Amino acid sequence: MIAQLTAWLMHPLGHMIAALAAIMAFVGVNGLVLVYMERKVAGFIQRRPGPYEVGPQGLLQPVADAGKLISKQLATPEGADRLMFWAAPILSMAPVVICFLPIPFSPLLTGMDVNLGLLLILAFSGLNSLALCLAGWGSNNKYSLLGAARAVAQAVAYEIPLLLSVLAVAFQTGSLNLSVIAQEQTRGLLSWNVFTHPLAFFIFFVASVAETNRSPFDLPEAESELTAGFHTEYSGMGFGLFFLAEYSYMVIVCAVATALFLGGWDGPVLPGIWWFLAKVFGLIFVMMWFRWTFPRVRFDQLLNICWKWLIPLGLLNLVVTALMIKLVR
Amino acid sequence: MGHDVNEKLTGDFYTKHFAPALSEDGDTLILNIGPQHPATHGVLRVVVELDGEYIRKSEPVLGYIHRMHEQMGEVKTYPQYLPNMGRVDYLHALAWNWAYVGAVEKLMGITVPPRAEYIRVITCELNRISSHLLWWGAYLLDLGGFTPILYGFADRERILDILQIVTGSRLTYCYFRFGGVVTDVTDEFIALTRQFCRDFTQRLPMYRDLVTGNMILRGRCEDIGVLSPEMARRYGATGPVLRGSGVAYDVRRFEPYSVYDRLAFDIPTGQAGDAMDRYEVRMAEMAQSVRIIEQALEALPAGDVVSPDLPERVIPPKGEIYFAVEGARGKIGVYLLSDGTAKPYRLKLRSPSFSNLSLFAELAQGTLLADAISIMGSLDLVIPEIDR
Amino acid sequence: MRRLMKALKGLWSLAVGLRITAVELIKPQITVHYPRKEVDNLATYRGHIELVPQDEDPGTPRCIMCWRCVDICPSRCITLRMHVQGEETGRAADPGLRLSPDVQVPYSQHLAPPPDRIVRVLDGYRLNYSLCSLCGLCVQSCPVDAIRFTGNAYLVGTTRQTFDIDLLARLQQRAASTAAARGAARAA
Repeated sequence: MIAQLTAWLMHPLGHMIAALAAIMAFVGVNGLVLVYMERKVAGFIQRRPGPYEVGPQGLLQPVADAGKLISKQLATPEGADRLMFWAAPILSMAPVVICFLPIPFSPLLTGMDVNLGLLLILAFSGLNSLALCLAGWGSNNKYSLLGAARAVAQAVAYEIPLLLSVLAVAFQTGSLNLSVIAQEQTRGLLSWNVFTHPLAFFIFFVASVAETNRSPFDLPEAESELTAGFHTEYSGMGFGLFFLAEYSYMVIVCAVATALFLGGWDGPVLPGIWWFLAKVFGLIFVMMWFRWTFPRVRFDQLLNICWKWLIPLGLLNLVVTALMIKLVR
Repeated sequence: MGHDVNEKLTGDFYTKHFAPALSEDGDTLILNIGPQHPATHGVLRVVVELDGEYIRKSEPVLGYIHRMHEQMGEVKTYPQYLPNMGRVDYLHALAWNWAYVGAVEKLMGITVPPRAEYIRVITCELNRISSHLLWWGAYLLDLGGFTPILYGFADRERILDILQIVTGSRLTYCYFRFGGVVTDVTDEFIALTRQFCRDFTQRLPMYRDLVTGNMILRGRCEDIGVLSPEMARRYGATGPVLRGSGVAYDVRRFEPYSVYDRLAFDIPTGQAGDAMDRYEVRMAEMAQSVRIIEQALEALPAGDVVSPDLPERVIPPKGEIYFAVEGARGKIGVYLLSDGTAKPYRLKLRSPSFSNLSLFAELAQGTLLADAISIMGSLDLVIPEIDR
Repeated sequence: MRRLMKALKGLWSLAVGLRITAVELIKPQITVHYPRKEVDNLATYRGHIELVPQDEDPGTPRCIMCWRCVDICPSRCITLRMHVQGEETGRAADPGLRLSPDVQVPYSQHLAPPPDRIVRVLDGYRLNYSLCSLCGLCVQSCPVDAIRFTGNAYLVGTTRQTFDIDLLARLQQRAASTAAARGAARAA
């Protein structure tokens, strides 16, 4: 029986199905953990306890939240395009699963060891902006429409610095396989790319905060301007899926950042997976810290940061990296 | 092509009233900001015409929280109208208390004992700080910063605790009476106020570091909603909005009432008249209020807190009076016309937020939606005060 | 170059902001977790009013039924019922017995002149708390300090009747329970 199962798991298709199932579970659990973490971080920064009542230390609060979201009525606003309106949250959530596939949680624990893993993630995460666009257009709500317009412009603009910063690392390693890039960095702390490419890491992190629509770049849902932006009209799990997708994208970009810049699973004593998760959640904590500290930038400022700073810096970084590689070899 | 987005655009009376003046190309969007919207902090509604995210024109719609305070003044006796004053502008309730009480006192010729005057100054300035703190947090909330409001509230709670000692309530105070105040201050009040002044002076640099110096905030405030002194005058703007434009007009200095002429304080002003200047003026005003409170605590004389020669029934002689005080949002005026009976014949309340709001339509023209929100926040509007 | 310096300075300002929130993150909480803990400054809070008993008789209010509180109340939330000893009870608001002589009320001229000594008995004193705005004018206008504020901040109810408080019954109930407690203590 066990031998059969192992054999099945070794088969690429079986491996992938098992990985997908595991990822689904991980995404769900992850959503719960991050909701709890976000609320606790917010609470502590604001010097209040955060969730406290449901379960010990409020641990069951996200479960209660999820229960509430699931049990809520799914209302479609009048005049909305039903197909687009309901396709949007699903389209936002679906690519998440694929994006998790190439992430190397440890040397062995990788959903699918693909050569172009990095490209796969970047390509599929781009689908999210399409989902936001559909949500905004399908809602028949002006706030949603404005939010969607912002989301698309922002996503398109920030893809570029993201790619530029990633390219610099890929140049050096000569691979787009995340496992290989992480493996390259296991030769001690100084071999981490964050030390060899600090600028690229900075650009990557800023761009990924913008890509995931997190504060201070949370313009598509800027709630003091657009009430809730593109998801104004969503209730229940429609909103829940957007929410889950946002948190999952946070994990994805932080996992990619860890694999690219922070040495992946590299670390002493503990098994690699724990190091990887610790780094990912550390980065997520920084994102939350940003959110509860900074005000929101304005839209033109957001694009200015991208076009006037991040892209030129990214190009510069790329050229310098290329030169260095040429000189060293 | 799915549905026509424009077919839902007919709207109610106000949107229709707004619609005929729409720009020619028809490529614009009418958006109702409010009456329920996170940025309007109450039930203000602003109809805007958007071209992309640029505002072509806008128009505030008022009256969602109109409670007929002026009419109520005509059907209640003079003392019975006192609790209304805490509810016109609930954030700086004591200034409104003072404006009304002061008008009646002026008309009746009641002199207020010096101790009561100093207590009024102390409590009113404490209330001003609490109002500015709430504005500060709410403005940052408008700009997307969630945390400052809770830091502001931590300090504001201390003020509310202090004011609760003498007034018994935490928000809608009804503390001033004709000829004085209700209760005398206690030693605990004085000690806590002194302690608060010390702590608050130390907290201000933290506020500056966290917010005022922040690059993102400066980007959202500098050169946004530049208000020229000429325009501010045209609309009758007062308070920090006017002072942000560089006009050093403060009722406490230019029409001194109570003991303000005996207290030293600066009138902070801005230069450019943008949202950042209005912001800086309010932050500086909090420090000035602390200064005033400290002086007033030093100078607090002994004596009565209510005028001993107060008539049994408050019935002012025939006549009219206007009395103005400096509220957190600007000049608060009470015009009182008495026909010699137990009730006012006419009571007119001049609320600063109303004048400050009327600026908004002109100021917001041609700006981005996000800037309009920033401008609205920097005007520090209290909606119940606008509608009265 | 100047723009670069400006951007770096801006980034530094962001770092300063992050430092402040990080410091606040590890500071202890300052909120009070309500159902488990309560705030300690309710002593100065002005809740709804209550009647003050006479010093010698805790079951009888000090009230002299002068109607001033009823008159001054801006929202008319106080209802007072009384009778004069010897007359029938339960007559609502007998206007002939007002203390303020300058208040001209209808019917007063039809009534017989009051006897030399009138003993007034309070039949009911109700407060409609849902109308009250806690201005304190009643407490202030009372000539014998028969009304005071309670510190009752946690008054919660699901019906309107909860906030229609019979203050006289409340006072008598209190007096009875204190007397019972004192009796029990003496017995023990």
